[in-house]
Amino acid sequence: MIAFLTRRLSFGVLVLFTLSAFVFLLFYVAPGDPARMIAGEKATAQQLAQIRENLGLDRPILVQYASFLGDALRGDLGFSYRNQQPVVDLIVRRIPVTVSLVLGGVVVWLAIGIPIGIMSARFAGGLRDRLGQVFILIGLSFPTFVLGMLALYTLYFLPRKNGFVLFPPGGYAPLLDDPLKWAWHLTLPWLTLALVTAAIYARLTRGQLLSVLGEDYIRTARAKGLSERCVVYKHGMRATLTALVTQLGADIAVMLGGVIVIEQVYGLQGVGSMAVQAVRNQDRPIIIGVVLLGGLFIVISNILVDLLYAALDPRTR
Amino acid sequence: MPLIEARNVTIRIPTEDGGIHAANSVSFSVEEGELFGIAGESGSGKSVLMQAIAGLLPGAEIEGEVLFNGRDMLTMSEAERRALRGAQIGMIFQDPLSSLHPFYTIGSQIAEMIHAHEKVDKAEARRRVVEMLERVGIAEADKRYDAYPHEFSGGMRQRVMIAMALILRPPLIIADEPTTALDVTVQAQIVELLDEMRRSFGTTVIMITHDLGLLSSVADHVMVMYAGTRLEIGATEALFAMPAHPYTLGLLRSSPAADSNGSPLIPIAGKPPSLLARPRGCVFAPRCAQASDLCHTTPPPLRRYSDATEALCHFTASLPEDEPVTEQTTPPAASRTSARYVVEASGLSLTYRSKKGFGRAVENHVLKGVDLTVRKGETLGLVGESGCGKSTLARVLAGLAVPTDGEVKIQGEPIASLTAARWREMRRRVQMVFQDPFGSLNPRRRVGAIISDPMRIHNIGTAASRKARVQELMETVGLNPEHFNRFPSEFSGGQRQRIGIARALALEPALIILDEPVSALDVSIQAQILNLLQALQRDLGLTYLFISHDLSVVRHICDRIAVMDKGQIVESSTSEQLFRAPAHPFTRELLGATHHPPALTGVDTRHLISETPFMTQEAQA
Ligand SMILES: Nc1ncnc2c1ncn2[C@@H]1O[C@H](COP(=O)(O)OP(=O)(O)OP(=O)(O)O)[C@@H](O)[C@H]1O
Ligand code: SF4
Ligand SMILES: [Mg+2]
Repeated sequence: MIAFLTRRLSFGVLVLFTLSAFVFLLFYVAPGDPARMIAGEKATAQQLAQIRENLGLDRPILVQYASFLGDALRGDLGFSYRNQQPVVDLIVRRIPVTVSLVLGGVVVWLAIGIPIGIMSARFAGGLRDRLGQVFILIGLSFPTFVLGMLALYTLYFLPRKNGFVLFPPGGYAPLLDDPLKWAWHLTLPWLTLALVTAAIYARLTRGQLLSVLGEDYIRTARAKGLSERCVVYKHGMRATLTALVTQLGADIAVMLGGVIVIEQVYGLQGVGSMAVQAVRNQDRPIIIGVVLLGGLFIVISNILVDLLYAALDPRTR
Repeated sequence: MPLIEARNVTIRIPTEDGGIHAANSVSFSVEEGELFGIAGESGSGKSVLMQAIAGLLPGAEIEGEVLFNGRDMLTMSEAERRALRGAQIGMIFQDPLSSLHPFYTIGSQIAEMIHAHEKVDKAEARRRVVEMLERVGIAEADKRYDAYPHEFSGGMRQRVMIAMALILRPPLIIADEPTTALDVTVQAQIVELLDEMRRSFGTTVIMITHDLGLLSSVADHVMVMYAGTRLEIGATEALFAMPAHPYTLGLLRSSPAADSNGSPLIPIAGKPPSLLARPRGCVFAPRCAQASDLCHTTPPPLRRYSDATEALCHFTASLPEDEPVTEQTTPPAASRTSARYVVEASGLSLTYRSKKGFGRAVENHVLKGVDLTVRKGETLGLVGESGCGKSTLARVLAGLAVPTDGEVKIQGEPIASLTAARWREMRRRVQMVFQDPFGSLNPRRRVGAIISDPMRIHNIGTAASRKARVQELMETVGLNPEHFNRFPSEFSGGQRQRIGIARALALEPALIILDEPVSALDVSIQAQILNLLQALQRDLGLTYLFISHDLSVVRHICDRIAVMDKGQIVESSTSEQLFRAPAHPFTRELLGATHHPPALTGVDTRHLISETPFMTQEAQA
């Protein structure tokens, strides 16, 4: 176990290291001049040179990278070109929003997707299966932002036109201040995020469970005289879980990207929207910071998935 | 009153292509305490029949009656049937690995059975499970309770399945091919265990198998099924001495019997029919040697005989008057004594090193100093349990794996010393035919292309000459040459094996290695392939290395046999010698574990007492 963790962690560090080098190089060769970005259109050549020197941009790339790495290891990712605030602070301030959005969304989509998938698989070919399939189809064919707009329209604009506020149109309330308010604010974003993904999970659950239910050991379970509930939930879902966990790990990791859209729609000041602004402003330190955060998420969720996997499947222990 | 009695059970399984007639008015009854055998080729509906009876085939439409202790299982509620399953009817399935849940401990899977039917606390259930595990021969049962299925060998898993089926002491156990997935020696142990359990608990057993030899040694009554139809039913001894139905006779004559070394088997021509349509006359008519015009037009009647045997046939089975006398397949004596060796292998060792985690290499000695020679024109049998290294040895001889130590000479030439070009040339001279006729042919390539591949790889001939050669080869192995444009999926298992053989023949190899070439085939088809191999050897002077775990097949076809155990050849001698006086203990164990069907007496002591029209629901409608 310890050996496993050390191995995975050192691999994770390697991944992050490579990632940072890659992004750094990318920006070095990319067009655009950060100095002009900071100084504005009217800056003189002298001013520009001064800024470059201040930022250390006049040094060779290897030196730049080495000093970046040294700082990063001490937890310092530099300052935003735009407003001179520390990048780490900026990101840390926004992480709660994004994590709330993603984790809450995960809970909601699992709560919707898995039961629908189970229902579909249990009554494959029947009416309930067809209902499930319709849900899957709708969920899969609408882009996130359409669903977001739709939810916003029906659950916010319509009620407000009629004089009451069912859900707020956006914004964020910290969890620790008031959990209810936190959930209330995030309900619409969660639903939007969950509807699309719930369809994916319903489909995955349905497919996996259907194939598991065709396995010989399910026949054995039935031959024991177990109830159908027990056959489906204890024996069927137990084997389906591993597939779901794998998928979940991958999804949470990439969710960071997908979440950008939802943060935009609901005006949430999360990491995603920050990344969008940073790209627009060519704010390199922030972009590098966000990319590294994404890499960190992927590394961590992969380790978690492997741990869960080992817990679930005795054959991999 | 019989414990279980099926009356006119008819099963249809709706599929996209139409309804499958999986059982047509099948009746049988099993008395308490007996072992009732069901035999028949693959796809004859044996498993479907049993699963439908137990209510495990939700999609099927079932008619008729199945009386269990006098109560009809087909009309009772699902809850009542569920109460019967496990508690009254235990089931054992063919593949013990896939039949156990991979994520639960074996102990908990058995205990679950108790909890499903009785109010028992955990400790008591555990105690009972451990006791039962001990009875089925699991050592240190208390510790093994918490093991997972993948930590058990195939034989032990099947013991677990048996323990599970027996834990509630059900009066009836249905065992569907309980030993097919196991090694011969393990098979024998499992059958012994089943037999012992049934004696000590007085359990009634219905055993499905296609192994006629096994049935002849354990069953009291046997039912023979074909295309969802019960063709014959009767007492074991009478049925094996002289069957009343031509199909049963055909099956027995296709099986290599105890004393039939070398003489050609008499296969049943053709292959089993599709179950989508029902023929007007007898289902077996297209393949029956005794068929007359009547058989093709009129459903056969049910004939009852004085010894309670029943058969569905217009006639009574009889051995043909003039047995075709085929010349013996002994290769020309000259080639045997001229001591021309095709293969000379000495001191072959092969060790796999695998790294587990960081550092610590694990060594797996697959071959441990194997000496082996194959003479020109002979068939050398290589037998042994799964995992003993047979296939690895074959790969080494074919030049597909490099031994860690030792030397292989093909036609006197050491293959290790070959240059790349000579090595390619050598690869021509050794060809392989594999077990799985489904997996070893590329499904997306046409048969003609598959057979001509070796010629193309070795740059032999032009496209036109290759095509001519392919058609010639297809003819040789008994395939219709016009089918060269078809895909493997359009051929049956036996035909695919013929394709594999044609491909192996294409380069006129000095040695053909046949790795379990007939294990995946039914007896009647197996007999066709074995006969083909013998005929080809006779006509083309081929040399075979024949790998198999089935001793009756090996004995039938091989001149010499090498017995392999744990990476070593423990004994090697002529077939006769080996069977007459096995020297090594492992050989004796192997021999003791095989059942041959007894030789046909051909003497028919029964007489016909009645003949009643037998109508399936369909024919009546
Ligand atoms: N669930 C199913 N759906 C559709 N067809 C099925 C199903 N199960 C079996 N069949 C078909 O029913 C027929 C009888 O199959 P069954 O498994 O009973 O044969 P079997 O005699 O047990 O053969 P084997 O010796 O290979 O086990 C076959 O044609 C098979 O394809
Ligand atoms: S009825 Fe005719 S075809 Fe059918 S088994 Fe009997 S003899 Fe053969
Ligand atoms: Mg079967």
